[in-house]
Amino acid sequence: MSGVIGTSVKRREDAALLIGKGKYCDDFTLPNMTHAVIVRSPYGHARINSVLTTEAAEHPGVIAVFTGRDVVNSDIGGVVPTGWLLPGIKTPEHPILATDTVRYAGDGVAVVVAEDRYIARDAAELVEVDYEPLDAVTDVLAAVADGAPQLFEEAPGNISFDWDLGDAEATAAAFDRAAHTVEVDLRNNRLIPHAVEPRGCLASFDDTSGELTLYVTTQNPHLHRLLMSLASLNLPEHKMRIIAPEVGGGFGSKIHHYPDEAIASFCSMQIGRPVKWIATRSETNLTDAHGRDHASHAEIALDAQGKILGLRVKTHAAMGAYLSTFAPAVPTYLYGTLLSGQYDIPAIHVQTLGVFTNTSPVDAYRGAGRPEATFVVERLIDMAADATGLSVVEIRRRNFVSKDDFPYQTAVALAYDSGNYDGAMDRALELSGYEALRAEQKRRREAGDTKLMGIGISSFIEACGLAPSQVVGALGAQAGLYESGKVRVHPTGSVTVYTGSSAHGQGHETTFAQVVADRLSIDVDQVEVVHGDTGEVPFGMGTYGSRSAAVGGSAISTALDKVIAKSRKIAAHMLEASEDDVVFEDNAFHVRGVPSKSQGWGDVVLAAYLAHNLPEGLEPGLEETSFYNPENFTYPFGTHICVVEIDSETGAVELQRYVAVDDVGNVINPMIVDGQVHGGLAQGIGQALWEHAVYSDDGQLLSGTLLDYAVPRAHNLPFFETDRTVTPCPHNPLGVKGVGEAGSIASPATVTNAVVDALSPYGVKHMDMPLTPEKIWRAIHRNGG
Amino acid sequence: MGQQVRIEVNGTTHEREVDPRTLLVHFLREDLALTGTNVGCETSLCGACTVLIDGEAVKSCTQLAVQADGTSVTTIEGLAQDGELHPLQTAFHEEHGLQCGFCTPGMILTAVDLLNDNPTPSADEIRQGLKGNICRCTGYHNIIKAVQRAAEGGAS
Ligand code: FES
Ligand code: FES
Repeated sequence: MSGVIGTSVKRREDAALLIGKGKYCDDFTLPNMTHAVIVRSPYGHARINSVLTTEAAEHPGVIAVFTGRDVVNSDIGGVVPTGWLLPGIKTPEHPILATDTVRYAGDGVAVVVAEDRYIARDAAELVEVDYEPLDAVTDVLAAVADGAPQLFEEAPGNISFDWDLGDAEATAAAFDRAAHTVEVDLRNNRLIPHAVEPRGCLASFDDTSGELTLYVTTQNPHLHRLLMSLASLNLPEHKMRIIAPEVGGGFGSKIHHYPDEAIASFCSMQIGRPVKWIATRSETNLTDAHGRDHASHAEIALDAQGKILGLRVKTHAAMGAYLSTFAPAVPTYLYGTLLSGQYDIPAIHVQTLGVFTNTSPVDAYRGAGRPEATFVVERLIDMAADATGLSVVEIRRRNFVSKDDFPYQTAVALAYDSGNYDGAMDRALELSGYEALRAEQKRRREAGDTKLMGIGISSFIEACGLAPSQVVGALGAQAGLYESGKVRVHPTGSVTVYTGSSAHGQGHETTFAQVVADRLSIDVDQVEVVHGDTGEVPFGMGTYGSRSAAVGGSAISTALDKVIAKSRKIAAHMLEASEDDVVFEDNAFHVRGVPSKSQGWGDVVLAAYLAHNLPEGLEPGLEETSFYNPENFTYPFGTHICVVEIDSETGAVELQRYVAVDDVGNVINPMIVDGQVHGGLAQGIGQALWEHAVYSDDGQLLSGTLLDYAVPRAHNLPFFETDRTVTPCPHNPLGVKGVGEAGSIASPATVTNAVVDALSPYGVKHMDMPLTPEKIWRAIHRNGG
Repeated sequence: MGQQVRIEVNGTTHEREVDPRTLLVHFLREDLALTGTNVGCETSLCGACTVLIDGEAVKSCTQLAVQADGTSVTTIEGLAQDGELHPLQTAFHEEHGLQCGFCTPGMILTAVDLLNDNPTPSADEIRQGLKGNICRCTGYHNIIKAVQRAAEGGAS
């Protein structure tokens, strides 16, 4: 069906999920299956004197107990690797089970395998670990202070890397000649991803064939296979099949290779039976890679007219106790490169220190570096507006990269390919009724309303569609970031598509079927989409970084090009026409200028498989694969505006309206795209107002349950008002840019700007997230209210 | 040490011996292989495990199977009647009220109870009614619209 791109086709994924037939990791049962429970450190930092397993091992129903020593004494690799290296980076070893030292509360020390999960849990209590507690450090700035407890000998001062980007001298010169400068110390609060499905896996090793089958909650099964083959297990890749079944949300937390899936696999290899491990909620909170956790000093320099001259940022980024899979990339190349925002800034310098702390590792979480950059830039812009006396709208307009200036080379490496920043802001202003809101605010302030109205705006950019492989390779990635797509046309003309993208709620089966149906002018029901299984899909880098449509979709599109090219050859042969004269349109091949001569798609496909009469030298069959390597990142952008009301008596914030205008390029399925925006907004608003992973100084996760960690609930949020402008991506075949993270990138700054705006009569210039009632109440009543 | 229970689940009566500490959710998922009921937190805080017990929405992760003795339980697998989706299931599909789908069974069963108690809820009442169920994917926007749509269609 051509024309199916751009329509809200309802999701085919829903049919099974709505009736409870979707199969998530924990829903699989294999014959003779066992259950594993991992014994974890209750301390943030401790030496392990001994691990006694006898009592646990003797507990009825227990099959085996293994410790870090057992892993070391086996022939598996036993460590989880880091997939991104920076110059001079310290990458201390991360064993799948600790042997001598535990470095965060949750670090694994032993594993119990039993006949059922109740027994395994009982027996885990019987493992006796003699710990000698060590001083711990959990705060990112405290970790770099003199005399701070040290995590690794090879990383003095707890510094993993010291990275910078941009021109320090030019930036210093910009500050020297500035008419206005503004500086701020800010924190980007540590978050826990909280996919509703906890992480888990089911490993089954067949000791006759030497093959491992692993069902695992992953966003990227091939990446898992690669890392496990290379580092944690040392099994040959062709002997490993990794399956991502239905995955109940990820948001980045299911990208990474954690020790746990290697531990379960190890156990299965040892005992020769399938081993299931499913995290509890507290376990997943303790051990999922957390997000954000930056402390930054940020400065902006402007001339007398409010034109930005320079930006300077120094960030301490917590890495946690070990370097997780993509951790080093997040506060560097996914953060520093975004500090130009939507603005024309001649000089920028950013320095990031990656810091070890006695906490769960930190890695990509929805937005990954880009929300942190947007928060810095959009806070500084608002503060600069205040300093220069310009309105928050005018200062943005004055500094936007103008729509005629693309491609635009930023001072921090990226080349923005396209954009229309005024266009998106104008639409957001219009949709929100901005002028009227400001008038209402003025009126209410003058009337002394005790409900403080605040209006926040944030204009954001993201770089997604990760990523040109040669570029990321040069920057330290230990993998390429292309994507594969295989299109198999069956003899009767229906199609199965294999994609390396690995959906976990994004609706790829529907969206990619639309891409195929549109190109081949067939019904969407004629297209099956297969993903998430290394046994079926050639290769894949997976789903994160808002890359699936832009990279995975483009791979399918270029594979379709090849399919059409081959079938055109066959059609030309059948039509006795020159290939150049044959065009494919409306599900048939036509000879240009001879309307009576055409061959239907079905006949051509069948001919390819009958192979009775093919052009000379052409192989039978119709199946093509493409590995699509993007030319550039994509650059979605937008402006978001929100309205808050603060009760000055209690400090409570009510988010009353949230308007999001996003430009994500061409849209394949508007319903799904809106849904992605909604979800991202909820997470970003959660970060701004409620969410905070808090550790005590000695390393206890104080917000380890859903009682203490406030994930947004239905009554906390309003309906969202979303709209789009469309500036197609100029360098991929679908013109798409990616939408998965937009909401979570823009909204923390939007909401914070609104709260600060509401509190501006009290002299508040900045406030760190989460913007809790207590913090706000104190700000209001600091001077006696 | 097993204890005998008689529980009707989705219209079928099951008489089983269970370990007294078996949670209802594990009884459903493991003894009866009804894996549509999900576990997100095992602490009554996320709602993923919600089922109907004698028509009331209950979090099955913090109920023992023995507590459900003599009751009638409906799980997501039992909501469609004769292959006809329940209006809430249809509305979730129409309004794109689910992404990863993990929260969906609990969300829909909670909404069934909500609409039974209040067939014409306002958006705010729906939000209040669903606040025990976490969805991390949808921002709730389309979930609320789905429940509104089902209510307008007379779902209760
Ligand atoms: S699993 Fe029961 S409420 Fe979360
Ligand atoms: S749809 Fe994923 S948690 Fe609700």
